[in-house]
Amino acid sequence: MKLTLRVWRQKNAGAEGHMSTYEVDGISPDMSFLEMLDTLNERLILQGEEPVAFDHDCREGICGACSLVINGEAHGPERTTTCQLHMRSFEDGDVIDVEPWRAAAFPVIKDLVVDRSAFDRIIQAGGYITAPTGSAPEAHATPVPKADADYAFEHAECIGCGACVAACPNGAAMLFTSAKVNHLNVLPQGAPERETRVLDMVAQMDAEGFGGCTLTGECATACPKGIPLTSITHMNKEWLRATRKAARR
Amino acid sequence: MARTVWDSTVGKKAVMAVSGLIMLLYLIAHMIGNLKIFFGAGEFDHYAHWLRTVGEPFMHYEWTLWLIRVVLAAAVVAHAVSAYQLSRLDLRARPRTYVHKRPRAGYATRTMRWGGVILGLFLVWHLLDLTAGTVHPGTFRPGHPYRNVVSDFSHWYSNVVYIAAMLALGLHIRHGFWSAAQTLGAGSRTRDRALKTVANVLALLLTAGFVAVPVGVMTGVVS
Repeated sequence: MKLTLRVWRQKNAGAEGHMSTYEVDGISPDMSFLEMLDTLNERLILQGEEPVAFDHDCREGICGACSLVINGEAHGPERTTTCQLHMRSFEDGDVIDVEPWRAAAFPVIKDLVVDRSAFDRIIQAGGYITAPTGSAPEAHATPVPKADADYAFEHAECIGCGACVAACPNGAAMLFTSAKVNHLNVLPQGAPERETRVLDMVAQMDAEGFGGCTLTGECATACPKGIPLTSITHMNKEWLRATRKAARR
Repeated sequence: MARTVWDSTVGKKAVMAVSGLIMLLYLIAHMIGNLKIFFGAGEFDHYAHWLRTVGEPFMHYEWTLWLIRVVLAAAVVAHAVSAYQLSRLDLRARPRTYVHKRPRAGYATRTMRWGGVILGLFLVWHLLDLTAGTVHPGTFRPGHPYRNVVSDFSHWYSNVVYIAAMLALGLHIRHGFWSAAQTLGAGSRTRDRALKTVANVLALLLTAGFVAVPVGVMTGVVS
C-alpha cells in the first residue's frame, strides 16, 4: 500500500504546530497503524529527520497509551485502540490525517503525545477503596450479586486512553470519570466511599478544565472498550444522591 | 447544597434539566389552551379570562397567573444562565478543533445552543406581541385574545417568525427532554428507547399543536 500521511508536528508544548505531509510506501494491510508509523519513523531517522513522537506501550489494546485521532476520529475508523487498528481498514492511495487528542486539559507535549496526567488526578481524588493490607481476603467473605459484578466489570474495562475526551466536542471527561465511579460504587468494597468518591472525582474533573456533558454521545461511540453512554447517566444519579445526602448531614 | 450544585458542571446541568422540564410542562398546558381557538371566540376568550381567576376565592384576581409567571421567569433565567456558563466552559475546554472535520452528532443535538438563543429571542417577541401588544401588527385589543391572534397571524411575518420558532422548539425538545432524563439519572439501557420515543412524540405534538394556530388562521378555519 502507498499512503499519504498528514501528521501534526509540534516541537514542544510551547511551539506552534502544523500538519506535515509524508508519503509512505510498502505498507502491508496486515500492519497495525502504529507499525505503519514505525515504518515512517525508521525512514525519517535514516534521512536524519526528527521521528514523529507518539504514545504507545502494550500494543495489544489493554494499556490505553496509544492516542491518535485518525481522520477526525479518536482511534480511527474501527471501534478499537489505535494499536489494534490495522491498515486493511484503509485503501491504497488514501490520504490519512493524524492528530493528537485535542482538549485544554490534555496539552500537547510533542507531536502526537499529550499530557493525560489530569486523568491520574481524577483517579487520585476517589478512584480507590479503603482496604486493609495483608493477604487476599477470602473470596466468599463479601458476596457480590452477579449482575453487579458484571456491571462493575463492564466499567472496569476503561483503560483511561482519553478517546472519550478527544471525541467530545466539549472536551469533557464525563465518560472516563463515570466509568471509574460506577466501577467501584456498585461493589460492596466501594461502598464506604460511595458518596465522597463521586463528589470528589467530579470536582477534580471540573478543576482540571474539562468541559461539561451535552450528551452528544460521541464519547461512547469512540470508546474502544464500549463503555456505554448510560454510564454518565448513572454517575449523574450517584452525584445527585451524594449531594442530597451531604446536605442532610 | 445550592453552592455545590451551582459550582459543578453536573449540578448546573441538573439545574438546566429541572428548569427545562418546568418550561416543558408549561408548554403542554399552553398548547392545549391554544387549541381552544378552533372552538370559537367565545370558548377561547372565556378560557383566557379564566386564567386570571384560577384559584378564586382563595387567590385574588390574577394571583395564580402571576405566580406561574414568576416561576416561569425564574426557570427561563436559570436555564439561560446555566446554558451560557456551561457553553463558555465547554468552548474553553476545547480551544482547538481538529484539522480533519467530520459531521458530529444529530441535527437536534448540534443546534441546542443557537436554537436556545433563537427561542429566547422569540419569547421576547411573543410576549411583546400577544401579552403586552407593543409590537403587535395591527390594532392590539387588551382582553380580546381571539381577535388579537387572528389579526396577528393575518400578517405574513408573524407566521414566519412563529412557525420558524416552533420548529426550533421541536428540535430543542427532541434532544432536551432525553438529555434532561440522563442528567437527572432517570435513563437506563432498558428505558432508553422509551425515553427517545417520548422525546420525539413530545417534540412532534408540541410543534404540530402550536403551528396549528397560525395555519388555522391562514387557511381561514379561524377567522
